[in-house]
Amino acid sequence: MKNTTGVLFGRLMKHILRSPDTIITVALMPIAMMLMFVYVFGGAVKLSLAGNVNYVNYQLPGILLMAVASGIAYTAMRLFMDSQQGLFARFHSMPIKRSSVLWSHVLTSLISNMLTIVIIFIIALVMGFRSSAGILAWLAVSGILVLFTLALTWVAVIPGITGKTMEGATGFSYPLIFLPFLSSAFVPTETMPKVIRVFAENQPVTSIVDSIRSLLNSEPVGNDIFIALAWCAGIIIIAYIFAMRAYKRRI
Amino acid sequence: MEKAIEVKSLKKSFRDTEVLKGVDFEVEKGSILALLGSNGAGKTTVVNILSTLLAPDGGSASVCGFDVITQPEKVRENISLTGQFAAVDGILTGRENLIFIAKLRGIKNFAQTAEDMLKRFGLSDAANKRVGNYSGGMVRRLDIAMSLVGSPAVIFLDEPTTGLDPEGRLEVWKTVKDLANSGVTILLTTQYLEEAEQLADRIAILHSGNIIANGTLEELQKLFPPAKVEYIEKQPTLEDIFLSIIGKKEEK
Repeated sequence: MKNTTGVLFGRLMKHILRSPDTIITVALMPIAMMLMFVYVFGGAVKLSLAGNVNYVNYQLPGILLMAVASGIAYTAMRLFMDSQQGLFARFHSMPIKRSSVLWSHVLTSLISNMLTIVIIFIIALVMGFRSSAGILAWLAVSGILVLFTLALTWVAVIPGITGKTMEGATGFSYPLIFLPFLSSAFVPTETMPKVIRVFAENQPVTSIVDSIRSLLNSEPVGNDIFIALAWCAGIIIIAYIFAMRAYKRRI
Repeated sequence: MEKAIEVKSLKKSFRDTEVLKGVDFEVEKGSILALLGSNGAGKTTVVNILSTLLAPDGGSASVCGFDVITQPEKVRENISLTGQFAAVDGILTGRENLIFIAKLRGIKNFAQTAEDMLKRFGLSDAANKRVGNYSGGMVRRLDIAMSLVGSPAVIFLDEPTTGLDPEGRLEVWKTVKDLANSGVTILLTTQYLEEAEQLADRIAILHSGNIIANGTLEELQKLFPPAKVEYIEKQPTLEDIFLSIIGKKEEK
């Protein structure tokens, strides 16, 4: 059996390069959010933060996660299109590794989301984002973002394969896009009513956001990074099992 | 004669519906068998089992001597599937689609392979256009061309002309006839009687889960009472009219 992930990946990357909207549209919404948070709400939020906080830095991790959450809708869409167009049937009747079809989609999702993240970082720089982090901290930030993207990508694979309509395949991403609002991403959780605060402090986005924020500001990360990594690993494992099961059934 | 496809008492159910109740047929090497049946007769199920996409509930099936259940890898090396829905990538160009499949099949000379296929299927002029802009007939031709990359011994064509306009259908028919002369074995499913009559060496009729008739056109004709000679006025069909008007327009 030939491993053809590379060839399959090349095809999907052509899709992305030919419809750059998959990267730009995905970046636009988070950028708009970032503008709003920094220039509209930022002044008010700052009142409940320590005096010297750079709010562009503060809200950036949440914006990045939001971008990934909306980017993976396209992952589900690409999978859905392939299964609808009969391309799955063609690949599966060829002497190639069946799992490489799925892996090529996962890899494409990872690359396109990383491109979106780079774009957002550049815009944030223009808006005043500054980081004192060293190489190691940046590597750790990249690692967390890669793991988070992989986790949501495997989640996206499930509706991409099982969805009966395009809306059904991509709709799951909306609640994910809103998760950063119910976290420490834009405002400190101390200001929230008790029920929401408990939810916000115990959902994955908060630990991930706090870890990235501390790393970029060269502050100690504490336990947050382990909680964040555990969330990502847990989601990856569970979503992977369900995605593979759905994929086998689909064949 | 050597058999390229052998199917013995094949059974398959989906939930409570028994789709195949014990299907038997064989296809000789280098011949075309048309599996004829109405919608929902189970034609696609047969094709999906033979192309290793679906596991049967009972019976056996082999392609080129390899069992579809125990040696699926060997089967996949010898077959090619052209499914009901054209499996082409609309964002890539015709040439890119062919190169893509050639690379997947591990063909070293992929660029030349793609070039040959484009020429053979009359797609050279459209080679660099995105397939999303192709006509239905062109998409089907490209689809079949992609199936032929790597010279598989057995080709499954599942309703290759469904949804095509009359011109597109004729294009595909010509393609299939040319294929037949090149020595490959073809299993074709169709719901159009005329298509089976035009293309197939043998015709098997699949009805409510069983093969109810199997033979050459002449053999099947003998099952019916001898032909009566009647004189009728032969009107051109709407299809004849349509094609001749278009033909004239294109000559101008």
